[in-house]
Amino acid sequence: MLNYVIKRLVYMIPTLIGMSIIAFTIIQLPPGDYLTSMLASMADSGANVDPGQIERYRQIYGLDAPMWEQYWKWISGILFRGDFGYSFEWNRPVADLIWERMGSTLGISLASLLFVWAVSLPIGIYSAMRRHSVGDYAFTLLGFIGLAVPNFIMALVLMYFSYKYFGQSVGGLFSPEYAEASWSWGKFVDLLAHLWIPIIVIGTNGTAALIRILRANLTDELNKPYVVTAKAKGLPEYKAVLKYPVRIALNPFVSAIGWVLPELISGVTITAIVLNLPTAGPLLLRALISQDMYLAGSFILLMGVLTLVGMLISDILLALLDPRIRFN
Amino acid sequence: MQTQDVITERQSDAAAGDVVLKVQNLSLDFRLRTQVLHAVRDVSFELRRGETLCLVGESGSGKSVTARALLRILDKNGAIASGRVLLSGKHGDIDIATLNERSPELLKIRGGRIGLIFQEPMSSLSPVHTIGSQIVEALRLHRRMDKKQARAETIELLRQVEIPNPDKMIDRYTFEFSGGMRQRAMIAMALAADPEILIADEPTTALDVTTQAEILDLIKRLQVSRGMAMLLITHDMGVVAEVADAVAVMHFGRIVEAGSADAIFHDAKHDYTRRLLGSTVKLEQNQRATTHAEPAATTREPVLSVRNLSKLYGASAGWFGGGSHAIKAVDDVSFDLYPGENLGIVGESGSGKTTLGRLILRTVEPTSGTVTYFGQGEPVDVTALNKRQLKTFHRDVRLVFQDPFASLNPRMTVKEVIGDPLVVSGKAKGAALEKRVGELLELVGLDPMAMERYPHAFSGGQRQRIGIARALALDPKIIIADEATAALDVSIRAQILDLLLDLQKRLDLSFVFISHDISVVRYFCDRVAVMHRGKLVEMGTAEQICTDPQEPYTKSLISAVPNPDPRHKRMMHRTRFTA
Repeated sequence: MLNYVIKRLVYMIPTLIGMSIIAFTIIQLPPGDYLTSMLASMADSGANVDPGQIERYRQIYGLDAPMWEQYWKWISGILFRGDFGYSFEWNRPVADLIWERMGSTLGISLASLLFVWAVSLPIGIYSAMRRHSVGDYAFTLLGFIGLAVPNFIMALVLMYFSYKYFGQSVGGLFSPEYAEASWSWGKFVDLLAHLWIPIIVIGTNGTAALIRILRANLTDELNKPYVVTAKAKGLPEYKAVLKYPVRIALNPFVSAIGWVLPELISGVTITAIVLNLPTAGPLLLRALISQDMYLAGSFILLMGVLTLVGMLISDILLALLDPRIRFN
Repeated sequence: MQTQDVITERQSDAAAGDVVLKVQNLSLDFRLRTQVLHAVRDVSFELRRGETLCLVGESGSGKSVTARALLRILDKNGAIASGRVLLSGKHGDIDIATLNERSPELLKIRGGRIGLIFQEPMSSLSPVHTIGSQIVEALRLHRRMDKKQARAETIELLRQVEIPNPDKMIDRYTFEFSGGMRQRAMIAMALAADPEILIADEPTTALDVTTQAEILDLIKRLQVSRGMAMLLITHDMGVVAEVADAVAVMHFGRIVEAGSADAIFHDAKHDYTRRLLGSTVKLEQNQRATTHAEPAATTREPVLSVRNLSKLYGASAGWFGGGSHAIKAVDDVSFDLYPGENLGIVGESGSGKTTLGRLILRTVEPTSGTVTYFGQGEPVDVTALNKRQLKTFHRDVRLVFQDPFASLNPRMTVKEVIGDPLVVSGKAKGAALEKRVGELLELVGLDPMAMERYPHAFSGGQRQRIGIARALALDPKIIIADEATAALDVSIRAQILDLLLDLQKRLDLSFVFISHDISVVRYFCDRVAVMHRGKLVEMGTAEQICTDPQEPYTKSLISAVPNPDPRHKRMMHRTRFTA
């Protein structure tokens, strides 16, 4: 088992190197750099720009160096000094910016993941055991609606309702009066009152998908002879189902961690913008638009790392859950 | 021999023996999409303490669902339409048929008073739980033990079913057990709560003959020592003859005949029973000895010659010279196949017989040795052929597969399936193709009109005929049949074998017939090669191997084959081979 984990960690190294190169190439691909886009926005607002000064900036930032040199500067900073570079737009170190947002991002992501599991597990089991029943159809319908409705519409609708019927301030994670306050019970309750909207909005999609996966998997497993054996042993039906087939049908749940983590962090950008959430998504979007290359590159790299870590976690959990994987 | 005495004694006072379970006019219905299937009709039988009732029938006769109905574990769409299942108890009989699906009474009976063993020990045990935990669960359900007691009892049970090192094996997973060991663990689980009735649904069908003999032996001994009643479900008349006290023959959901084992085997009244026995007994004789005028002449030139063929797995794997861990799947095998001859290759699973077949076709590359094919003209060294030459070789040497369901593409019509080799080799197209496919279908005894249909429209036996027609499409010289009849019912098995013999006469074919089933090989083959752990241990005429084996392994193999005659039980005094 330990060997397996070490082997997986070693395999991650070349993947990470490749990923960092790709991330850096991607942010270099669009024509121009941060200064050209700054120039454009300044010209739009009618300000006079001195081409000499631009050239000087370009030298200071090292934007005129060849790409591999810029890459080396960036990646060596990350590796040796933990320095992700400097954000042109925010005039702050990239690391500070990212960590600031990471807490709330991870918090919302984990909460959504738990929501997804908590909802889809019982519904999936119910749907598989009572296939083609009214309840199954109702949940299937709900699931498909969840899949089909775009997140931002759902966000808008929920915001409307929470404003109209609960009288809440919409958007953000806190009401204005708590935004700058230190942590207290009241602030925590306020957070929960705001948190449910993003969790539901972000979670519905994954919930619907997992319900379908679990239902399909469990349906296959329910007809396996070992379930009949468990029943023939004298186990009540629900116990027999929970102990044997559900255990095996759980594998996709665990694998889900691998794709859910990066998805939750990057894929909810639009929701985050609509709901004005202080998460990483809007920051990344902004960085990409303004060609704030170190910020954008570091984000993309970090997302890649999260994907790898998610995969690793899910693979290790799978191995723990299923002895057949552990022993091969 | 002692066990036999006990049985005959029971048999003599069978009339007075106490009935444990009485099934009266049981009918089962299954709701299908468009109609209701009456799977079982008016079935009645009795199980007596210490006695074995065998329920015999071919697939689809309703024997398995009958057994499941006794425990009320039918699939969701099935239901007991009428009839009673009376389980005798201290306070009068309990009618299982009327119990509520979730009632505690029913849960107590399941596993507690009636134990169940299934055919596939691999899929019948959970792959992600240890063997021990699954048995402990049964113990704790029915015998109110705490964890420690249950564990100790589980080890004791595993010891009773003769699993070596039970205190270690208790924490192993199913995939670490061999097939026979899994079935032993399954038996231990079924017996955990000391049930009065044991239902065994094809308990040995998935096992090798020697393992089958041991498992049947074990079940019988446990049954006698515990005085259980047993309902054994099987399609194998040989097994029935070996263990049954009473027999009930099922056909299309009805019991067509029931009686003592002796009466069924020696004085069958019903037509179907006689047919079933006929096709079993037929396989006991060598068809070739009677139909084949000239025995395979060894003076003739062989058509295929295999010399010192070996296949090692895992020889070069691993960084630290894993050569010592290499598995010799096929170890230095040499034989000749003569024109018009049927060579049987028998052995248990893992003996390397299937690998040998693949090596001859070179779908698996041999590690060393040669295969020489004497077709038209020059002898061909198969092991040295390149890819294109191999294609030509594959036209002459074809394969028939075991599973008629998996080996036909369900999305291709029969015409496409059979015509595929013709199209691939560019031999026929259009009307010529259609004509050839029609001929081939006629050749294997199917209606040429059927060529536009899809495989799902055919039964297992018919599908196997389609598979054979496909193999014949390119006029081969040699057919390698890998367990070609293993998935078929006994009566259909005999038909397919007769078809192959008939084709051989007409088309001058040679067969390499790979099988684990001794009776099939005996019926079909001129010569038999016995394989054990990759080695060819003995080779001789079919008659000699089956009646007068020389090597100790062959002796144990032959003696483990059940004899379809209750008056001459073979397995009880078989020889064991330990190596």
